Amino acid sequence: MELLTAIEVKNLSAGYGDSMILENVGFYVKPHEIFIILGGSGCGKSTLLRHMIGLEKPISGSILVDGTDIITCADMDFCSVRRKIGVLFQSGALMGSMTVGENVALPITEYSGLPAEAVKDIVKIKLKTVGLGDYEDHFPSEISGGMKKRAGLARAMALNPKFLFLDEPSAGLDPITSAEIDDLIISINETAGATVVIVTHELASIFRLAHRVIMLDKEAKGVIAEGRPQKLMNESDNPKVKRFFNPNPEKANKSNGV
Amino acid sequence: MSDEFKTAHLESDSRFSYTITETGENGVLIRFKGVLDNHTAGDLLDSISSEISGRSPRTAAVDLSEVTYMDDYGAAAVHHIKRITGTVGDTFQIREPYPENGRELLDDPVFDGKQPELLEKKRRLGPLITRLGETTIEETKHLGFLLVFIGSVVMAFVKIGANPKKLRIGDTIDHMEKTGVAALPIIALISFLLGSIMAFMAAIQFRQFGAGLYVASLVGFAMVSELGPIMTAIVVSGRSGSAYAAEIGTMKIYEEIDALTTMGFDPTLFLAAPRLIAAFIVVPILTLFSNLFAIFGGLMVGVLMLDLSAVTYIRETVEVLSLKEMAWGTGKSAVFAVLIALIGCLQGFRASGGAAAVGNAATSAVVRSIFFIILFDSLFAVIRSL
Repeated sequence: MELLTAIEVKNLSAGYGDSMILENVGFYVKPHEIFIILGGSGCGKSTLLRHMIGLEKPISGSILVDGTDIITCADMDFCSVRRKIGVLFQSGALMGSMTVGENVALPITEYSGLPAEAVKDIVKIKLKTVGLGDYEDHFPSEISGGMKKRAGLARAMALNPKFLFLDEPSAGLDPITSAEIDDLIISINETAGATVVIVTHELASIFRLAHRVIMLDKEAKGVIAEGRPQKLMNESDNPKVKRFFNPNPEKANKSNGV
Repeated sequence: MSDEFKTAHLESDSRFSYTITETGENGVLIRFKGVLDNHTAGDLLDSISSEISGRSPRTAAVDLSEVTYMDDYGAAAVHHIKRITGTVGDTFQIREPYPENGRELLDDPVFDGKQPELLEKKRRLGPLITRLGETTIEETKHLGFLLVFIGSVVMAFVKIGANPKKLRIGDTIDHMEKTGVAALPIIALISFLLGSIMAFMAAIQFRQFGAGLYVASLVGFAMVSELGPIMTAIVVSGRSGSAYAAEIGTMKIYEEIDALTTMGFDPTLFLAAPRLIAAFIVVPILTLFSNLFAIFGGLMVGVLMLDLSAVTYIRETVEVLSLKEMAWGTGKSAVFAVLIALIGCLQGFRASGGAAAVGNAATSAVVRSIFFIILFDSLFAVIRSL
């Protein structure tokens, strides 16, 4: 049975200490779509993502991932949800003391129950998918930033998760590498049918990848726009949304004759 | 009818089952049915290998025509059957038709390669001689690094001498607090206990000769000239030497030290000098406190166990402690302080790689500084006896 919403966030309020970052946020993600959370720096994008993968407990509200409330569910359920989730952290978050191959093998060995040689085969397949076939025996400190991201992506995909959460997958990468990662995300979404949630503010990636986006705002402490990116850019009345998609206010004003 | 001998239904996942059939001359045919993915592959292989173990079939074939879905885990499991059965090349066969999305997965060139060696780490585990050589080269490099570092420390102090404003006073005071004031409670407690233990042990022996009073001299002399400086230095190297290494090591890994260099700061002057000066000032003071608390511990035992009066005990202690003795002990502890700070900072600057490197830096800072403290103490003993 397939649910109509893959992820549902209801009345979520979140913050650290006394400072409230998100207030009463609600939205949903459809199965198999590429969903992008965007917004300026400090608007709570990463906070929202950390809540969605269960790393932080919200002040109030609920988050349903594949029908399981990841806030109130028991540890056992949380573990089974965990297995459906793959996460790519901003810096890759590879274990520095393990080779790239060992990093990818980590969840596979733990959860699949496969013998070591078969695990090794799968690691090779995953690394080949992200174009790191020859780097299995390298340590994270020996590869470039883009490669770390790709290796992190390979680790996130290791268990063929239903949900992929990507925190700024192309930030800090050159346009070519960043486009390659975008392609990779599209192909993962198409071939494996994974639901992909991405946090980013790279306009190029947003237009290439997103089926739907939500935009967060620092002052509103929540969602100020939702929909297809092309539509938001062309039709939104909200000045903040306009400025995000056309981030050169002076030029825009000049061309308007102001 | 084929001689079917067993049908296994995997209990963990009813979406999946398989049958093993014997074919021809010592061959097996494995028929899969259902979903062959990352949830079922592990159990499948477990169960198949336990059934096949002990038999060594000449040929193996796999029939996937009833597989409804497979992923790369399924493909890896199918190819792993080669390893379980020990069949290679033409003796292993995947029968047509392939499952819908299976062809690409099963024909992945990864499976053509020679059998992967199990987690080989040739770069880490070489033969003994190679490793010995590598360690020697590594330590030689370390020696070079040590000389450069000591040179840069000297240069940093020359710069500070020329322009005292270059020293980061705020950081220095901060480190004095962390290394000194914060360590006082633990030093006081340990010293007090050490003093009482020493007095207690001495009292048992000395009482037999009616020489109970000499407990005071023993505790005072031993603490001030040897145990006070050494014990304080060991506690400080464990508390602060490791912290210096971890802090600087982390900064090194996150390129913070490179950032300092590009902004025109001298990392040694910026990071090592405040720590060195702080340790140089506070460790001798800590040593004095340590002596004081140990003598106090001894006094407690003397008064309670030997029925000495506090005044007698103190008079005896003062008598045995000359100013020269005090200066010698305190001077030693200043040298130990420099050793701790130098080694801590050096290990931090040497760190490279990831999180593990920071841990290694902290560990080797403590181990090396304790070793050098003891070594230098022996040297001092020799110098003194000359």
